Amino acid sequence: MAEEKKSAVLEKLAGKFGDDIVATHSDFGDDTAQVRRERIVEICTFLRDDPGLLFDLAMDCTGVDYLGEEPRFEVVYHLYSIAKKHRVRIKARVPEEDPVIDSVIPVWAGMDWFEREAYDMYGIVFRNHPNLKRILMYEEFEGHPLRKDYPKARRQPTVGPKE
Amino acid sequence: MTEIETYRREAGKLDMQAEPMILNIGPSHPATHATLRLIAELDGETILKLTPEFGYLHRCFEKESENATWTQVIPYTDRLNYVSSLMNNVGYVMAVEKLFGIEVTERCKYIRVLICELSRIIDHMVCIGANMVDIGALTNFWYFWKPREEVYMHLIEPLTGIRLTTQYTRIGGLQWDLPDGWVEKCRDICRDVIVPAIADVNALLTKNRIFIERTMGVGSITPKEAIARGFTGPCLRAAGVPLDLRKDETYLVYDRFDFDVPIGEQGDTCDRYMVRMEEMRQSLRIIEQALDQLPGGPVNVDDPRFLLPPKQEVYGNIEALMNHFKHIMDGIRVPAGEVYSATEAANGELGYYIVSKGGGGPYKIKVRPPCFPLFQGMPHLCEGGMLADLIAVLGSVNIIAGELDR
Amino acid sequence: MAVNRAKDGAAGFLTTRFEAILAWGRRFSIWPFTFATACCGIEVMGAFGTHYDVSRFGAEVIRFSPRQADMLLVAGTVNYKMAPILQRIYDQMLEPKWVVAMGACASSGGFYNNYSVVQGIDKFMPVDIYIPGCPPIPEQIIDSIVLIQKMIDTGAPRARERWPIKI
Repeated sequence: MAEEKKSAVLEKLAGKFGDDIVATHSDFGDDTAQVRRERIVEICTFLRDDPGLLFDLAMDCTGVDYLGEEPRFEVVYHLYSIAKKHRVRIKARVPEEDPVIDSVIPVWAGMDWFEREAYDMYGIVFRNHPNLKRILMYEEFEGHPLRKDYPKARRQPTVGPKE
Repeated sequence: MTEIETYRREAGKLDMQAEPMILNIGPSHPATHATLRLIAELDGETILKLTPEFGYLHRCFEKESENATWTQVIPYTDRLNYVSSLMNNVGYVMAVEKLFGIEVTERCKYIRVLICELSRIIDHMVCIGANMVDIGALTNFWYFWKPREEVYMHLIEPLTGIRLTTQYTRIGGLQWDLPDGWVEKCRDICRDVIVPAIADVNALLTKNRIFIERTMGVGSITPKEAIARGFTGPCLRAAGVPLDLRKDETYLVYDRFDFDVPIGEQGDTCDRYMVRMEEMRQSLRIIEQALDQLPGGPVNVDDPRFLLPPKQEVYGNIEALMNHFKHIMDGIRVPAGEVYSATEAANGELGYYIVSKGGGGPYKIKVRPPCFPLFQGMPHLCEGGMLADLIAVLGSVNIIAGELDR
Repeated sequence: MAVNRAKDGAAGFLTTRFEAILAWGRRFSIWPFTFATACCGIEVMGAFGTHYDVSRFGAEVIRFSPRQADMLLVAGTVNYKMAPILQRIYDQMLEPKWVVAMGACASSGGFYNNYSVVQGIDKFMPVDIYIPGCPPIPEQIIDSIVLIQKMIDTGAPRARERWPIKI
């Protein structure tokens, strides 16, 4: 029963978007769909509005650095549906030389800071984000600390008290 | 009940012909529970624009966990939501156990439920206590601090060895079993200390006119807006949305207990307070039922892939010694893959997204903190209101900086 | 603290009496400024609570303004973003002041050795008392206040007078 219900989400996505869904799996019970980054906003709008899916609560947006693989970064969204009580994970790969993806703030307003954090930590740029600034680190910090090639214990010069 | 007016002004219409003032409610401020910063643009007392800033407690949980083994991450997880550390421990090990695909023993599940509900009670006590201190009602803080001390001294410290940051759970079970007399002590404390404390604070606040006027209508949010902004937990339930992961995506043994999920109506500060008070009472119900149903048996799954062998064997037997050595030095071998596991923490949905490449430590762990979207929603809750209301709302939303900044 | 001393270095009779009265006054009214950032902050709240009552020792008035406080109790991790703010607060306090680094994170960075955490507040400010623990139990905070009282009694030099330490 549960298996059919879960694949229904992925089937609907594949049915609507076809080739834009690069890969899907349901390992460990989590429905996952890897999509092409150009269609992310349409896919997310469909996920939110389709009456069979209704993913209205956007849980999380993060980046992952697969150093050594090409494309290097992956943007991962986790979504939940309050009415249907199902979850899905949407992933989109983003290359290192052009780490740009559209922001999904028009779909869920709550993704604002999650995207800013992904930018701060990984350097992934979200196009059309209203305020893409650093959020966890201080402004003068250089680099993107959660990238795998950033050493954990690098110290940067301290910034004195502001005016 | 007299009519309560909320002075909400539209942004852009200034009170007097003057410039708005920028007020920095800075990172070191008693009401901001330390390390939160709010930059408010004020027109008189009305907030026109609010910009929250944080990151003052960023301790690099994710980077540290990438350099640690699976079990070494557990102490880092306690320091996320440090007022209810046990819930973070449980959430993390549940995520790793999902990757393994194992089921822990019955006794372990019941004990995890017990410690989660106790943590939920003490978390709500801190939230309400601190919120009331910010509004000016100091007595409730002391009334709630006494049960917290009792729970720490007589329940958590004998169980885990330390009061606050517990690291009690392990992958595949728990650190050790409950000590003798813990069950009776738990019942005593729930009955003799926690119930009277909740009753005392209830008597002081719920029908108190000053409290009602300070909190009713302050910082309200509609269900649609709350969902769009990613709210979960008591703040979402106060807005009227009946989402509780213990009922909707039931985990551990919550489906065997009979408890209710309180829902608010307006989503304002008063509703958040009421929802938390009622949740504490429901948690007490769960604890009672769990103590009654607590089964016997082992707490750890007997599987050498992740369980440390008993000390007698380690000292006597070469295979056990090697097993022990490998687990401690390299870490347990978790299958490759990615998993997202969420539990209902005191503040909302605490999610762990773990990416594993099959090694002894995680490749990436992302914590989805419940108070991240809540703090993000602060401008929506407070703009148009007064400065003093901001303080009341900030306390009721329960921002724990350890979780927010990780 | 500046004291009138006679030419041969010995303090006069009146000034020693005065010093003793000053020390008595200071000893029993150490007002703390709790700079609580993280988990140690919860234990500080416990220390100021009803069970481990710290106001028995004179530290009753917890002032959230550095200008009215004697003791800076840094409880919790200090990171590079927060360090300038802590420095500013320390500068705003009036002499004589004592600094207590509570917990492993404030003393030495704790088990966080990374790009964002200052490895101990003594990297940029003089610390008188270090309280070990993660988090320390409230009795240790009481112990630190008693130690400061002893420092005041004996007139031992505070860390500030030996700051900066040149290695």
